[in-house]
Amino acid sequence: MVGAPLLTVSVSPHVKSGESVEKIMWTVVACLLPPLILSIFIFGIQTLIITAISVASCVAAEALSQRLLHRPITIKDGSAAITGLLLAYVIPPGVPYWIPILGAVMAIYVAKHLLGGIGFNIFNPALIGRAFLMATFPVAMTSAWLPPIRDAAVFKYMGSGIDAVSTATPLYVLKHYGASALMEKFGSMSTIYGDFFVGWRPGCIGETSALLLLIGGLFLMYKRYITWHIPVSVIVSVAFFTWVFGGERLFMGNPLLAILSGGVFLGAFFMATDYVTSPSQVPAKLIFGAGIGALTVLIRLKGGYPEGVCYAILLMNPLVPALEGWFRPKRFAPQKGA
Amino acid sequence: MAKKTVFQEFKKGLWSEVPPYRLVLGLCPTLAMTKGVDNGFGMGLAVTFVLVCSNVLISALRKVIPKDVRIACFIVVVATFVIIVELTMQAFTYPLFLQMGIFIPLIVVNCIPLGRAEAFAYKNGMVASFADGLGMGLGYTISLTVLAIIREILGNNTFWNHEVFSSGFQPFAFMVTAPGAFVCLGLMLCLMNMLGKK
Repeated sequence: MVGAPLLTVSVSPHVKSGESVEKIMWTVVACLLPPLILSIFIFGIQTLIITAISVASCVAAEALSQRLLHRPITIKDGSAAITGLLLAYVIPPGVPYWIPILGAVMAIYVAKHLLGGIGFNIFNPALIGRAFLMATFPVAMTSAWLPPIRDAAVFKYMGSGIDAVSTATPLYVLKHYGASALMEKFGSMSTIYGDFFVGWRPGCIGETSALLLLIGGLFLMYKRYITWHIPVSVIVSVAFFTWVFGGERLFMGNPLLAILSGGVFLGAFFMATDYVTSPSQVPAKLIFGAGIGALTVLIRLKGGYPEGVCYAILLMNPLVPALEGWFRPKRFAPQKGA
Repeated sequence: MAKKTVFQEFKKGLWSEVPPYRLVLGLCPTLAMTKGVDNGFGMGLAVTFVLVCSNVLISALRKVIPKDVRIACFIVVVATFVIIVELTMQAFTYPLFLQMGIFIPLIVVNCIPLGRAEAFAYKNGMVASFADGLGMGLGYTISLTVLAIIREILGNNTFWNHEVFSSGFQPFAFMVTAPGAFVCLGLMLCLMNMLGKK
């Protein structure tokens, strides 16, 4: 909060960390940029255009919303830019250019500012944007998957009819045609692991490269902007539940494939750890992450959609206040009557 | 409180106390029955008929109905007229009857007929109650129709099942889903409050 300090701490000197909302947010933006650059080589130059449109519309929507609601305009703190980046990262690379604009309006105006603005929104705005787009334009959002480019021809998909080249995501193939069809389409299992880890697979713009997302996430942990609890518990629980329930019989699933496909890394490191919509206590964080993982696997295996990270996070978001309540830190001060 | 004229009783239902937007009553059918203009308009008319009849009858019987069991009496009166509506629709507008399904019998427990009976008809004369019921009913019909027009055009690109924009417009399927109804209703409330402020 800007304005008069609520907490006045006297007796200087104090050590200042130099951290601020702006610095943290722009660091996150920097950590999110490598997957974007790689996506240009995987899916072509239009990913950059979609992302730019998404970021620009999110920042514009933020300014307009704050203007309309008579709040101070805080577009410089970078939070709208992050929402824009994340929104672009969770939509397919072949969507028409007006799609991210509508998603941005929904994400920033409805999901963020109508629910109270930064610090008060219950749901992750970028994911609400995606869920809105999925519900509104199911055809445009599910027929825009592009096969990865192998020869660095970044202009390959520009202007051409995207419908002609659209493909299916690994999770879709796995869900509807099984593991053998997956190997037929994407090569042997070892090739799949390698390609999927680096990012050469059909998927949303920013979710494909587990490697770069992992590096970005580790850097955020090194800077202590996020802790390991949520990402690790998400990834471990997705792996665990897929291993138990994902195969033909119990304990026959493929956990490595499960965490390398879909949006697990992006969700675990950059979406589930959003400060506003995740808990702050360690046990609450672990339960929050494990819940996301379990719901993701449930949606993937039993739900109507091939991928469930987005909805899993959105379903766990409203539980955060309850989780915080259950795991309140012990007070240091002596209890009454002691 | 100064005695209001019959016309004022009629008029308040149309703007200053219009049920879904000002009183925020009867939201269940407002959300569920505004996918299409035919649904919204039909629902509005059905509620209007029930409201006018039940208001008049309850007002006529207000000296007879014992205070302690008045809610039960209201429900019996309202249910009678709802059954009339239901059977009539079944006979003459069968497709609409099928589409509206459970929401016709649910008018019995709709807040608006019951609320108007309790808040108005039980305390006022028959003419005033008639005007109140008609105003509230028409206000409700107009509100539902407006919401249905917005949702049907944006969500389905149709108006009363006729195509609106011939091509190049991709309908927002979101608007005809339940969350879309909530968002749309919220924005309407917001708009009404903005207009009401001035």
